[in-house]
Amino acid sequence: MIPYLALAAILFSIGLFGVMTRRNTIGILMSLELMFNAVNINFVTFNKYVVSDGLVGQIFAIFIVVIAAAEAVVGLAIVLLIYRNWKGIDTDHFTVMKW
Amino acid sequence: MLEVDGGIVFWILSFVILVSGFMVVSLKNVFHCALALVLCLFTVAGLYILLDAEFLAAAQVLIYVGSVAILLIFEVMLTSKLADKRITQSNDQALVGFFICTLFAVAAYLLIKFNTIWYPLAKSALPSDNILTIGKYLMTEFMLPFEVVSILLVAALIGAIALARTEKS
Repeated sequence: MIPYLALAAILFSIGLFGVMTRRNTIGILMSLELMFNAVNINFVTFNKYVVSDGLVGQIFAIFIVVIAAAEAVVGLAIVLLIYRNWKGIDTDHFTVMKW
Repeated sequence: MLEVDGGIVFWILSFVILVSGFMVVSLKNVFHCALALVLCLFTVAGLYILLDAEFLAAAQVLIYVGSVAILLIFEVMLTSKLADKRITQSNDQALVGFFICTLFAVAAYLLIKFNTIWYPLAKSALPSDNILTIGKYLMTEFMLPFEVVSILLVAALIGAIALARTEKS
């Protein structure tokens, strides 16, 4: 069980690295997907090794997949809107809310 | 080598997952990043099969590889100039970010290694009819979340259309 959890932890760290260092919004969204996947691996691993009488962990992982899909759709719409208004999707440009 | 369920298959899958995951966050061309993400999601589906989650593996391939990755590739193509090699895709925080993430990974590993809260491990095996059990759960115990998540999907759909449409005057 430990190697699976370690893999999930490293994958989550890679996603975190991407979220912190990416300059454009699409790169950040991709890194977010990596983090979602790391969390899902954790859920399924715990479901197999710790609470194996039932599939509650897998059900939870399915809900996370659905919510990640919804997030990707809304993210796409927001990115397109930002691109239309600012002619670029680099995060350094979004300073309209800076006071 | 450590004893692990799945043996050599697990090591191959995790190697591919980590390498392609690192490619997702480090490549210069965003389109290549999207392709690396597809590879990563595919291998995660393989890992689910290794963990006896067949339905989740199928859902992963259908939803992630089939739609989320395609959506991201659409995004890359619709916002032009992104695939240009000359644009720097990372900011100046790479070194600090790498340090923090390494620290996070080491801390998480130590926590996993020395935590004993989940021992003793369960002895019983997972239900063998994976899809049947999930269907029963979704129609009985998880009925309400199932319906709520369908409402969420409709809301996301309508919200995306409302956000992305162009105002015609």
